[in-house]
Amino acid sequence: MGLSATSPAQAQDTITAASWGGAYSASQREAYYKPAAKEIDMIVLEDEWGGTLSEIRVQVETGEYKWHVIDSESGTAMGGCDEGLLAELDWDMLGGMERFLPGAAQDCAVGTISWATIYAYDGNQFSGDNAPTTVADFFDLETYPGKRGLYANSVTSSLEMALMADGVAADDVYQYLTENEDEAIDRAFAKLDTIKDEVVWWDSGAMAPQLLADGEVAMTTAWNGRIYNAIVNEGKNFIIVWDGQTIDYDLWVIPAGHPEYDLGMKFIEYASRPEVMARQSQYISYGPTTNEAAELVNPDILQHLPTAPANLSNALWVDTIWWADREEELLERFQVWRSQ
Amino acid sequence: MASTADTDVMMAADGVPLKIKLRRAERMKKVWALVLVAPLFIFIMVGFVIPIISLLTLSVEDPEVSEALPRTAEAFSEWDGQGLPSPELMKIFAEELSEAERGEFGRVSKRLNYDISGFKSMLKRTARASDELALLPLDEIHQGFIDLDEDWNDPQYWATIKNASSYLSDYYMLWALDLKRDEEGSITSVDEGRAIYFEVLIRTVEISFAVTLLCFLLGLPIAYLLATLPARKSNLLLILVLLPFWTSLLVRTTSWLVLLQNEGLVNDAAIWIGLWNEPQELIRNRFGVYVAMVHILLPFMVLPMYSVMKTINPWHMRAAASLGAPGWKAFLKVYFPQCLPGVGAGTLLVFILSLGYYITPALVGGPNDQMISYWIVQNMNTLANWGLGAALSMVLLVLTMVMFFIYNRFVGIDRLKVN
Repeated sequence: MGLSATSPAQAQDTITAASWGGAYSASQREAYYKPAAKEIDMIVLEDEWGGTLSEIRVQVETGEYKWHVIDSESGTAMGGCDEGLLAELDWDMLGGMERFLPGAAQDCAVGTISWATIYAYDGNQFSGDNAPTTVADFFDLETYPGKRGLYANSVTSSLEMALMADGVAADDVYQYLTENEDEAIDRAFAKLDTIKDEVVWWDSGAMAPQLLADGEVAMTTAWNGRIYNAIVNEGKNFIIVWDGQTIDYDLWVIPAGHPEYDLGMKFIEYASRPEVMARQSQYISYGPTTNEAAELVNPDILQHLPTAPANLSNALWVDTIWWADREEELLERFQVWRSQ
Repeated sequence: MASTADTDVMMAADGVPLKIKLRRAERMKKVWALVLVAPLFIFIMVGFVIPIISLLTLSVEDPEVSEALPRTAEAFSEWDGQGLPSPELMKIFAEELSEAERGEFGRVSKRLNYDISGFKSMLKRTARASDELALLPLDEIHQGFIDLDEDWNDPQYWATIKNASSYLSDYYMLWALDLKRDEEGSITSVDEGRAIYFEVLIRTVEISFAVTLLCFLLGLPIAYLLATLPARKSNLLLILVLLPFWTSLLVRTTSWLVLLQNEGLVNDAAIWIGLWNEPQELIRNRFGVYVAMVHILLPFMVLPMYSVMKTINPWHMRAAASLGAPGWKAFLKVYFPQCLPGVGAGTLLVFILSLGYYITPALVGGPNDQMISYWIVQNMNTLANWGLGAALSMVLLVLTMVMFFIYNRFVGIDRLKVN
C-alpha cells in the first residue's frame, strides 16, 4: 500500500519526441501527443531535429540523451541501426512485424507514416491539354519550358524518378538497379543531366511550395503533404502529378542504450495502435503504415494519401535495403555532380 | 670619502635599494597583467583552442578498423600488401568479423566503402557467414572467402583493408586535396567523378579575391568622402554605412534573395524601365554571391580606411597642389600612401572573412558557387564523414594562415591600423 502513495505528478511519464516541425509536427501533436496525456498518462515534450545521424551519435556516445523517440527517415533509421546508434525494438509489444506494410518494420524502427515525393505544378501556368501528366513530362523541357525544383540533400527519389522518366516501369526500377547497377546509375545521372542547367535546388520541405508560389520554378518535386497543405490551407492552385512518385516511410526509433527505453517503447506501442495512427491523416495527407489503421481513415482524406489506390498506378516504394548499402556513396556522387 | 662606495647604491626612504624596489614593482605589474589576461586566456584555451585541436585531430585519425578489428589491423600492417594475404591473416580476419559487434562492424564497413563502393554489402555477406568461415582449416579458408564472394580473389579488396589498418593516417587529408593512395601506397589523384575539393579550394580563393577587390574599389571613394566631408554630412553618410552593418547577416542575405529573384524588385524595375524584356537570372549564380557578399563585407573595408583617412592632414594635399601637382598625382603620391595601413587592414579583414563564408553563398549561390565551408558542413552533417570534414577544416585553416603569412610578408602586420 505504501507504494501507491506516490503523487500523481510522479506517476506520470514524461518523454521527449524529436520530429520535423511545421505542419507535420502539428499533426503529430493533435494525433498523438495531446491524446497520450489522457489515454496512457504520458506527457510528450517536443523537439526538432535536422534528420542527421550525427545528432543521434553525439547523444549515444556521451550518454546524455535528449530524446526518447525520434521520427526518422528510413535510410537514416537503417544506417543508424547498422552503426549501432539505434536500439532494437521490442516487436512482441508492437504485435509483430507482419502487422505493418512491407518495409515499414525494421529491426530498430517502425513506420509511423507513408509519404511520397511527388512533383507538382501551378495550375495557373499549365492547364487543360497543356498540363503535364507523367513523370517524363518533368524532364521534358521543350514541351513544358521553365525551371525545375529538385531536392538538394538526397539523391533518393531523384534517381528513381529519372529512371522512370527514361522509360523504366516503376515495378522494374530496383530489379534493373540491382542487376545492372553501374549502367542504371549512369543512365539516371545522364537523365538528370538533361535538366541540370534548369534546376533550382530546394533544401527544406517548406521551400518547394514556396518556389512554386514565387514563380521561381514551373514545376518542382516536393513532399506530398507540403503541397496538400499549400492547396488546402493557403488556397494555392497547385496540382500534384501522381505518376512516378516514390513512397517512403517515416519511422519511430529509439537511441541505443537509452536508460528509459521502456518509456519510448510504451509511446511507440501507443502510436502504433490502429485507431491512434489513423487520426493523423485528419491533419496532414500522410498515410498510416498498417492495414488496420488504413481502414479507419476517412474516405475523403484517403484520396489525397500516397497510398490511395487511384494514386498508385505507377508508384514506387523506396527500397530501403538497396539504399542502405549505397546511399552514402551515391549521395556523395550526387553532391559532387551537382556542383560540377 | 669612504662613504662614496655606499652612495653608489641608491636607497629608497625605507632603506631598500632602489634597484630592488624597482624590480619588485615591475614584477607586481607583470603579475597584475597576467591576472588581468588570465580569464581571457583560459577562455580562449577552453572554448577555442582545445576544441579546434581535438576536431582537427580527426583529420589525421583513421580509427575504425584498428578499433573494431585490432588483431586484424596489427597483422595486416605487417603484411607487405602484395597479392593475396596468407591464410593465417584471412583466418584472423574471419575470426574477428564473427566477434565484432553490430555497431563496430557498421563503422568499419562504412569506412571501407569509401574506398571501393559495394565493399559494404560484400562485407555484410561475409560477416553473416563468418562464424563458419572462422572454423575452416587454414588450407580451405581462402576458398571459403571466394565461395562467399568472387571479389575476395581480387587483391585490391585486401589491400584496402591493409591501408585502413593504421590508426593515424593521411587518408582524409589526401582526400581533401582530391588525392589518394593506390594499392602500392603511392599518391595519385582520385577518379574524376569524385574530384571536387581542389576545385572548391581554388574557387574559394577566387571568390574571396574578387569580393575583396570589389569592396576596395567601392569602398575607397566612400571612405574618402566620409573623411573629407564636413562633419554633419559625413555623419549622415556614416550612418548609411553602419546601418546595414548592424543588421543581421541572415536578414541581409535573404533580402537579396527577395530583391534579385525572377519576380523580384530588381527584375520588375528593370523590365519596367526597359533595361531588359525577360526576367534575368540574378540569383543562384556567381553574380548573386558577389552582390550579397560585397554588400555584407563592405563596412569591414570602409571603416578601417575611414579611420585612417580621418587622421591624414588635409594640408598635405594642398601643399602638393601648391607645389604644382595635379589632383590625381597629389592623391596617388601624397594621400594614398598615407592610407595604406587602413587599406591593408580592410583588405585583410575582408579577405579572411570571405574565406570562411558559408550562409550567404548557400542561400544566393548555385551548387557550383559553394565555398569550402559548405563542404565542411556537408561532410559533418549530411554525409556524416567527420574525418573528411575535419580534413577540409584543416585545409581552410592552413589556407587562412598562408594568406596571413603572405600578407605579413608584403604589407607587414605592424602597419595595420583599424582605429
